[in-house]
Amino acid sequence: MSLNTKIDTETIERISGVNTRKCMKCGKCSATCPAFHEMDFHPHQFVAMVEKGDIEPLMKSKSIWNCLTCFACVQRCPRDVEPAKLVEAIRQAVIRQAGENHLKAEQIPEMLDSELPQQAIVSAFRKYKK
Amino acid sequence: MKYSYYPGCTLKTKAKELSDYAVAAAKVLGVELEEIKDWQCCGGVYSTSKDEIASKLSSVRALAQARDEGHDLMTLCSACHNVIKRVNEDMRGDENFRTKANNYMAPDMEYHGEANVVHYLEMLRDVVGFDEIKKKVVNPLTGRKIGAYYGCLLLRPGKVMEFDDPENPQILEDFIRAIGATPVLFEQRNECCGGYMTLNDKELAQKRSTAVVDSAVRNEADCLITACPLCRYNLEVNSETKLPVIYFTELLAEALGIKEVK
Ligand code: SF4
Ligand code: SF4
Repeated sequence: MSLNTKIDTETIERISGVNTRKCMKCGKCSATCPAFHEMDFHPHQFVAMVEKGDIEPLMKSKSIWNCLTCFACVQRCPRDVEPAKLVEAIRQAVIRQAGENHLKAEQIPEMLDSELPQQAIVSAFRKYKK
Repeated sequence: MKYSYYPGCTLKTKAKELSDYAVAAAKVLGVELEEIKDWQCCGGVYSTSKDEIASKLSSVRALAQARDEGHDLMTLCSACHNVIKRVNEDMRGDENFRTKANNYMAPDMEYHGEANVVHYLEMLRDVVGFDEIKKKVVNPLTGRKIGAYYGCLLLRPGKVMEFDDPENPQILEDFIRAIGATPVLFEQRNECCGGYMTLNDKELAQKRSTAVVDSAVRNEADCLITACPLCRYNLEVNSETKLPVIYFTELLAEALGIKEVK
């Protein structure tokens, strides 16, 4: 089954609770993002692209998996736009579809080391798997 | 003072000492932690999506249980605290979520956010008081230079967590002073350690945790303290620069002279 990318601005804004039109394009969210260099689209681009309805590239991006959910962009946005909520909504729009889990239980055993806390596994499943 | 205590999955397994020292130290300070019956894992991360309901119900159950027991709910792990406090906020302020959650669970008495969520550190600061702790210290950790690593989850988003100033917190530094040691400030103390990224992009987790530890080393800390098992893992295992990382409750127990008898 292939990924359905027909999702509009309104749906993502409703799920995330974000109003993209509040953004003043200052770029502070991307400047503070600790995963900036590991992202193909940056937090401020999520805001601009969702506003335009250009959502398909975001659904196929590396950024939705590399966001650390650190809430730095949420805390530091001067306009309360809270870009990480868009990243989360789009990530969920992907993993909620059949066959789109980003992490499978079978992959876990080879990643384990004796120190890894359970918390890491449950958190990763929440982010990467329906 | 008595709390309904929510330990969470990792404090029962890999991070047992974080919890054991906390319970023992609380006793010395006149605080009782009674574990919530049949608690379930919080899931580790809170989803900001408004239509995400089922994954938040374990938090609602724990909260309703605390309410029924007549206490505030106490957390210790930073991740549990973030998830449960934010779900409680939803139960208070988001009518759609509250209705759906109550419909799902069909409890005897609906839950509307009545319990307060209190982190162990907030209890130390606001209920016991750092001055009072200072008086109970029998083994001050004089001369130790300690970097307080806050990370993300205790502080952000500040308007929900209301834990401390999210950009310039001081609760852990006050704690360090109360146990007789010297706090060391470092730039990366409230930047992400890499979190769960260790299972998706190990290099990114290594880069983040190394940046945090390097920042502490530059400022001459001789160890780091944290309240989060995943932060501890990243800073200890994933960081290429090495510095001891200790749970803050272990130092509290040491200062109170009960480290050996937990
Ligand atoms: S929450 Fe995600 S997008 Fe926002 S600053 Fe953190 S890593 Fe970047
Ligand atoms: S920080 Fe806020 S206002 Fe500035 S670009 Fe990012 S989303 Fe827009």
